[in-house]
Amino acid sequence: MNTPSSAAAQDSLFTRLRRHQILIPLAALLLLALFNLIIDPSFFSISLRPNNEGVLLLSGNLISILDYGSELAILALGMTLVTAASGGQDISVGALIAISGSITLRILSGAQSDAMILPAFLITCAAAMLFGAFNGSLVAFFRIQPMIATLILFTAGRSVAAWINHNEQPFVSSERFPYFGGYLPGIPVPTPLFIALFCFLVTWLLLKFTNLGLYVQAVGINEKASRLNGLNPAWIKLSAFVLLGLCAGVAGFIKVSRTASINYSVIANNIEMDAILAVALGGNSLSGGKFNIGASVLGAYVIQFLTTTLFTLNVQSDSVSAYKAVVVIILVVCSAPTVREKLAALLKKRRAPKQAGQSA
Amino acid sequence: MMSGDRKKRSSRLLFRNLSDTNLLTAITVAVFILMYLFAMIVLQRGYLKPQTFFNMLNENAALLILSCGMTLVMITGGIDISVGGVTALVSMSCAVYLDYHSGSVAGAALLAIGIGLAFGLVQGFLIAFLDIQPFIVTLAGMFFARGMTTIVNVKTFNVQHAGFLRLKETRIIVPFCGSYNKAGVYIDAYIETGVLIALLVTILLFLMLKRTRTGRDFYAVGGNRQSALMLGVNVRRTVFLSYLICGLLAGIGGFVYFMHVGSGSASHAAGAEMNAIASSIIGGTMLTGGVGNMIGTFFGVLSLALIQSIVSSFGLDQAWWTGITVAAMLCLFLIVQSVIVARRKRGSKQQNGSAGKGA
Repeated sequence: MNTPSSAAAQDSLFTRLRRHQILIPLAALLLLALFNLIIDPSFFSISLRPNNEGVLLLSGNLISILDYGSELAILALGMTLVTAASGGQDISVGALIAISGSITLRILSGAQSDAMILPAFLITCAAAMLFGAFNGSLVAFFRIQPMIATLILFTAGRSVAAWINHNEQPFVSSERFPYFGGYLPGIPVPTPLFIALFCFLVTWLLLKFTNLGLYVQAVGINEKASRLNGLNPAWIKLSAFVLLGLCAGVAGFIKVSRTASINYSVIANNIEMDAILAVALGGNSLSGGKFNIGASVLGAYVIQFLTTTLFTLNVQSDSVSAYKAVVVIILVVCSAPTVREKLAALLKKRRAPKQAGQSA
Repeated sequence: MMSGDRKKRSSRLLFRNLSDTNLLTAITVAVFILMYLFAMIVLQRGYLKPQTFFNMLNENAALLILSCGMTLVMITGGIDISVGGVTALVSMSCAVYLDYHSGSVAGAALLAIGIGLAFGLVQGFLIAFLDIQPFIVTLAGMFFARGMTTIVNVKTFNVQHAGFLRLKETRIIVPFCGSYNKAGVYIDAYIETGVLIALLVTILLFLMLKRTRTGRDFYAVGGNRQSALMLGVNVRRTVFLSYLICGLLAGIGGFVYFMHVGSGSASHAAGAEMNAIASSIIGGTMLTGGVGNMIGTFFGVLSLALIQSIVSSFGLDQAWWTGITVAAMLCLFLIVQSVIVARRKRGSKQQNGSAGKGA
């Protein structure tokens, strides 16, 4: 009684999945996992091991992917919104992370007590949102293309970050500060994972229970039409950029919490490129419109998965980018509409003579 | 009849775009001259010597070539952020080829051009014929070039090849521009070989954009892809050509950069792509496409160099001031551009929907 209907449901689920944009990152993830399984099955082993201080912690490649992918996942959330609303990308997030980290350390270096952590976090977020608003207002009110508008902060960001701390290495003595980039006492799972999860949930709820998601899509698909329907595209674009600023602020806070130190020219290097790739990998159109934050976050973890895989294969950290580029090109070429159409036409042609032969 | 009509319409389209271009170029040139006069009056000493000007050219010859390529791509409405990576890859490959494989200088130059062409070919093909976003393709190109640089060789090293060193040390003396040093000895003003190549490239591209049909196709494609297609322009071929030329120029620029620094390093030309984009924008090129010109780019590069040099001569020589002033200048130019374009659009009241998103 139940079987046919459930089979039908399965079938529709499969076809639905095939059309769904989450297929691209999912397929990439599965391919990577399969690759690792063949090369070295021990890649997936997770163990509970004591660290230097004898505290039991989960360790393994999968854990480190989830841990170090957190910042990228958080950024991907904001980047997806910005991409969808403005049809462009923000290339200043890496610089913004440097600024946020620098601000956090500046505030904490003066303070002796742990009580300053929350104010430091809040001030960092507020500052990051301000910078986001700067980018956003250039895009929304001056109508400069996002990539070019954010080029300003991209050029200045690391300099500003160095300037905030006078290019010195601030010393942070707080005991609780490393919790945010490391482990909470008694919990063997890295904290950034929880923060990323929390950010994702908040964004998801925000999109679920407010009209923001709908408005962002509307503006991204057709700005003129959305204005005629009573939306204000400029404010929606601005809010997307402010949200991305917030994401970068949180990511910067995590990033400096990992080491309680900062290297202005190296911190979060090239992370803007990874964040944009995460959005593209998630199957979102880079020219705006429809978006799916779940797919973007998955895309972010796929990129981290790829990076970790390359590291376990003993690829030098500087050369990782070359392999990454090849993978990206293959992915992008495969998902390009033109190539898909050609492939589909080719398959049809092959199938057509066969059917003709069978019928004859 | 048909072709005459086409010509008329295309020339009208061109006229509108070129007048935008000329306006933005004029602003850049004026700002550069004003800044230089300001430096001459306030800071005096160094800026009164012609050699200071020539040094700016010497330092930025490679950037000028890269920016020319970037301008061309931006005129068609695209972007190429792989040029910095290609520059690093070219200088590292040439260094390894000259020192470890005892190659010749001509071979190294060919190698540089080959690498540039290869990048241009692949990226151009992917962008023009497979319709993949230029940003993603050239981003991957940048990653690939940077990664390949460290695969070719990790260590930074100076080239010892005798023939190359002779070429590197070649100075071309500019007549009548020398100056007397403190001891009263006359010193000739000079430029490096790379500057000649850069100037040649700039002039050739300028003439191509102004005088040839292919050159005008670039503006047509960037201004409005749809109408360019209807005018009978081969859009795909034009886009492909722009990336091919940009790749080739990245190769040449890489070799000029290599001639200037004489070493191979993975960190060479870091951020060069962003400097090139900034120079193009300051020079009046717009990323929406259809607007831009090589003379503007030339002054854009020089303005960028001049502002950095002025800031450091004011005693703000901490590294971060450079970044901040360049960004401030970029911000200023962008806002001026945006305001001017918005006013002109309002003035002409021509709503033809050409202000589409960049491809």
